[in-house]
Amino acid sequence: MSMMDWIDARFPATKMWKEHLSEYYAPKNFNFWYFFGSLALLILVLQIVTGIFLTMNYKPDAELAFASVEYIMRDVQWGWLIRYLHSTGASAFFIVIYLHMFRGLLYGSYKQPRELVWIFGMLLYVVLMAEAFMGYLLPWGQMSYWGAQVIISLFGALPVIGEDLALWIRGDYVVADATLNRFFAFHVIALPIVLLGLVVAHILALHEVGSNNPDGIEIKQTKDKNGKPLDGIPFHPYYSVKDLVGVVVFLFVFSLVLFYMPEFGGWFLEKDNFVPADPLKTPEHIVPLWYFTPFYAILRAVPDKLMGVIAMGLAIVMLFLLPWLDRSKTRSIRYRGPYFRTALTIFVISFVALGYLGTQPATSLYTLLAQIFTVLYFAFFILMPVYTKLDKDKPVPERVTYK
Amino acid sequence: MRNLIFASLVSVFSFTATLAIAAGPSSKLDTVDIDLTDKASLQRGAHTFMNYCLSCHSASLMRYNRMAKDLGLTEAQVLQNLMFTTDKVGDTMQIAMRAEDAKRWFGVAPPDLSVIARARGTDWLYTYLRTFYLDDSRPMGTNNLAFQDVGMPHILWEQQGYTSLNDSGQLHLTSEGQLTPRQYDAMSRDLVNFLAYISEPSKLQRLALGKWVLLYLAFFFVIAYALKKAYWKDVH
Repeated sequence: MSMMDWIDARFPATKMWKEHLSEYYAPKNFNFWYFFGSLALLILVLQIVTGIFLTMNYKPDAELAFASVEYIMRDVQWGWLIRYLHSTGASAFFIVIYLHMFRGLLYGSYKQPRELVWIFGMLLYVVLMAEAFMGYLLPWGQMSYWGAQVIISLFGALPVIGEDLALWIRGDYVVADATLNRFFAFHVIALPIVLLGLVVAHILALHEVGSNNPDGIEIKQTKDKNGKPLDGIPFHPYYSVKDLVGVVVFLFVFSLVLFYMPEFGGWFLEKDNFVPADPLKTPEHIVPLWYFTPFYAILRAVPDKLMGVIAMGLAIVMLFLLPWLDRSKTRSIRYRGPYFRTALTIFVISFVALGYLGTQPATSLYTLLAQIFTVLYFAFFILMPVYTKLDKDKPVPERVTYK
Repeated sequence: MRNLIFASLVSVFSFTATLAIAAGPSSKLDTVDIDLTDKASLQRGAHTFMNYCLSCHSASLMRYNRMAKDLGLTEAQVLQNLMFTTDKVGDTMQIAMRAEDAKRWFGVAPPDLSVIARARGTDWLYTYLRTFYLDDSRPMGTNNLAFQDVGMPHILWEQQGYTSLNDSGQLHLTSEGQLTPRQYDAMSRDLVNFLAYISEPSKLQRLALGKWVLLYLAFFFVIAYALKKAYWKDVH
């Protein structure tokens, strides 16, 4: 009896290996957009590993936090590398996740039967935003501090319970040591556990229904005599070697930023965050991190604070509802009609434009623009049941297109 | 359809581009070209820093012995020539002035300068050091073009001399210092270079490592790509 048999009799090692890797049949026509799922997983591991090493020297204390980050940058062996890996990794995570989500929109990956894959993915996105937000407080620079102050004060806009809720979140009347301590706890243990659990759920749900592909065709509908999908290939080794190429290309670009422009012109590490947090000195221009700016622009576009907070929340809720808002039977953009194509284009432009506007001071012109793009953002979702139903989709072929 | 999408894309991007230009910095900064590999410049900057800055401003995140190592100085040289506030070479660059006293004297406690170059940028620092001018309305008698109503007096007046602001907003030298304007610019540049160095002492190490990592990845790409090709040749 081999060692593997001994284990398999007690733990489904071989079974799991087959189910999720060597006999998980993925469509053979994956394109560029399909690299970002495995890359997101890579970054998650990177963030956890570098995070563990940062935790060994970081001090979650309002008096010591700022200096302890610089201690890591100067006195800890390879500390600068670990810290930059983590700070660059945070932004890279969002770039990869946004591209991953865009892929879902392009090829209708959220549609039946993959609604739960999408829901788990959206939950991952929301938890990741919370994780990033709390992590950004930890360096305890001016932007950390005032960014947190602004975002937490949004809860204060809620009627009746608002102010008490904001107080409860901060643990003090302003962002202070108590806030830093609890954000540290959430950032290093509570949210990462939730993230890992959701990743497992996301992948299990995906492997249950099988991967979508750029043609939006169910490969399970055409099988050979052994019951294997004709257009499917085992994930391992085919996609493990292909994703390896993606990983190398990603790491190349990632290293370019990490080694040559870790601040990325102030987008990844903001200038003001090299000034220690000062509760008595409000920076002239408080900007949230770039990955939150589309939602921040929506918040500012609405004149009423409470309505702004609600609009911001709804902007994310809308994404959750996507599988049910889309009434078209066709998944992939390749076979979709002109209405959806136009709507998606306008949506992407609106999202990027809102992201830009969220980084700029709210002048009257910018506010007007943000209002226009906010309306367009919501129109994409609210009108979706109508335009996807009326759309003139093209016929979808039986088999996937490959080469 | 395609044309419509393209046209809308172009209009949005050209519009945002115009806005980006309009939202540029309000006051113009002088540019400085620093060189972190120029150890002589860093040593001169360190000398200026220790003699003129490090009595009011600390650099409490920077250690003397780290500086010695990176600037090509022996610890004995640093102890003799550059250390005035401590005799332990492993110490960080602290000052004796208490923050509450400083606040009473200058209206604000002078900031720690460890990462000031990353917060302000080198161009700003260079401009700041060179644009103090006489202004009777200020308690210290001087003001600054880069930092309106700054609390800090013109510490390097002996070197630069004093300048005044004329009606068209230009600075001109009203009393000469020990250095010519060119020499003072060079002194400012060395100091900014040093401040940039202490704001990220591992920067040169980072840049040096980067090329090897990229080289390795480029090499590994060839292997990974060949591996993918080999495995995928039977996929039709």
